[in-house]
Amino acid sequence: MQALTNKSIAVNRSPMTFWERLYLINIIKGMMITFSHMFKKQPTVRYPEQKREFSPVFRGLHVLNRDEAGRENCTACGLCAVACPAEAITMEAAERQEGEEHLYKEEKYAAKYEINMLRCIFCGLCEEACPKDAIYLSETFAPANYTRKGFIYDKNDLLIPNTLTNATELAKAKGVEA
Amino acid sequence: MTLLALDWAIIIEKLILIVIIVLTTLLITLYTTFGERKVAAILQDRPGPNRAGPFGLLQPLADGLKLIMKEEIIPTSASKWLFILGPGLAMTASLMTSAVIPWGTEIHLFGRTIELQVADINIGLLYVFAVVSMGVYGIMIGGWASNNKFSLMSALRAASQAISYEIAMGLALIALLMSTGTLSLKTIVADQAAGHWWNVVYQPLGFLIFFICAMAECNRTPFDLPEAENELNFGYHQEYSSMKLGFYLFAEYVNMIMSSAIMASMYFGGYDLPFFDETTVAPNIAALIGIGTLLIKIVLFVFLFMWIRWTIPRFRYDQLMNLGWKKMIPLALFNMLITGAIILSKS
Repeated sequence: MQALTNKSIAVNRSPMTFWERLYLINIIKGMMITFSHMFKKQPTVRYPEQKREFSPVFRGLHVLNRDEAGRENCTACGLCAVACPAEAITMEAAERQEGEEHLYKEEKYAAKYEINMLRCIFCGLCEEACPKDAIYLSETFAPANYTRKGFIYDKNDLLIPNTLTNATELAKAKGVEA
Repeated sequence: MTLLALDWAIIIEKLILIVIIVLTTLLITLYTTFGERKVAAILQDRPGPNRAGPFGLLQPLADGLKLIMKEEIIPTSASKWLFILGPGLAMTASLMTSAVIPWGTEIHLFGRTIELQVADINIGLLYVFAVVSMGVYGIMIGGWASNNKFSLMSALRAASQAISYEIAMGLALIALLMSTGTLSLKTIVADQAAGHWWNVVYQPLGFLIFFICAMAECNRTPFDLPEAENELNFGYHQEYSSMKLGFYLFAEYVNMIMSSAIMASMYFGGYDLPFFDETTVAPNIAALIGIGTLLIKIVLFVFLFMWIRWTIPRFRYDQLMNLGWKKMIPLALFNMLITGAIILSKS
C-alpha cells in the first residue's frame, strides 16, 4: 500500500541492546529533561492579580450606550430581541414625557430592558441588529453569581454611566482607571 | 530498689530526644508534602500551591486541617478494629526507624554529654530491617480490613512487592556489612566521618540496589503499584477517609524521609560534612553542623525521590516482579561476591 504522506517514520523494532535493557541511561536522560524544565518560563497567568487581555473583537457583557449628551440611545424598537437566537432579551417600551428630553434621545425609550445572561450565547447579533448604536458587547464577561436571578441583568446593570454627570465612573467602567 | 538506682536523667534525656525527633520528623513531613507538590509543579512548568500564606507556605497546614475536618467513615462491612489499627501501624512503623539513626555526634549541655541518637544498639541495621518490614503490615491490615476487593488486591501487591525487594535490599546491605564489619549505624557513620571515604565509593552498585529497593519499599513511583490509581481506584486506602487517610499518606512521606536518612547514614557519611575538620570548632557547634549536614543530605535524597517520581511512569506488575527477582537479586548477589573477593584478596 502506498503511504499517504512521506512523513511517517518506521518504528524501530530491533531487540534492545544491553545498555537499553539496563534502563538506567534512559532514565537519567529522562530525568535531565524534567530537570531542565525547572528553569523554563511558566506560562501560568496568575489570574485574579494578572488578567489576560482579550482581543478587541471579544464579545463579552452587553452595555447600553448613551449619546454624547448623556441620553439613552435605545428606542425600544425590539430589533435586538428579534435578532437574538437565544431569546435572552426582553424589553418594554414607554413614551418620553415632557421634560425628559435630557434623559432619552428619541420619543420612545425602553422602560424595562433585561438580558438573561444564562440564555445569552454572546453571538453579537443584537449589536449588529441595532439601528441606533444602542447596544454593544464589551470586553468583560459575566461574573459568577449565587442565584439564577442574579444573572438577569436589567437596565441599571447594562447602561453605561452618564458621560456628563459621571465621567469618572465611566472611565472606571472602561478600564481606563483601575 | 534496683529500679530507682537507674540514672533517671538518661531516661528524661532520651524521652526529650524522642519527642524532639518525632515532632521534627512530623513537621518536616508536613513540608515534604508541600515540597512534593512544589517540585511536581516546577518540573511541569507550573507555579504549584501559592495561595495559602506567602509562597503557599501555609498550604500543608490547610491540608491537614481539611483532613481533620472531614467526616470519618468506617464501612459497615469493614473489620472495625483492624481498620483503625492499619493506619496507626503504618505510621508507628515508619516513625520507629528514627530510633537508631545517629542525627549527630553529641551535645554537651548542663554538664552532661547527650548522644544525638535515641538508641545505639549494636544490631541497628537489623532493627531497621525489622521495622521496615513491619510497615507493610499497616498496608496489609488496612487493605484486608476494608473488605473491598480492590483494597485487598492492592494489599497483596504491596506485600509481595515488599517481600521481593527486601531480599535484594538485604543482600545489598550484607555487602556493605562485609566492608564495614559492623551492624551499628553509629559505628558505620563514625567510621565514614573519621576520614575514610564514604561507603558509596566502596559500594556504588550496592547503593544503587539499595536505593531502588528503598523506592520500592516506600511505594514510590515507579513502584507505586499498591496504589495504582488507574487499576485499583485508590489502592489500599480506598475506603479510608479523614485523618486515617492522612496517616497513610503521611506514613509514606515519613518512610521516604527515614529511608533517605538511612541511605545518607549508610552510604553518604551521615552527619559528616566533607572537607571540613570538626575539631576546629567547639564540639556543640560541630554537632549542630553535623545535624544540618544530615538534614541537607536527607532533603537532597527526598528531592531525588520526587524528581524520579515526576519523571518515570509506573512499572507494570510483571515488570516489577521481573526486575525484583531476575535483575536485582542476581545483581545483589554479584555485588556481594565481588565485595567478598576484594576483601579476601586484601587480607
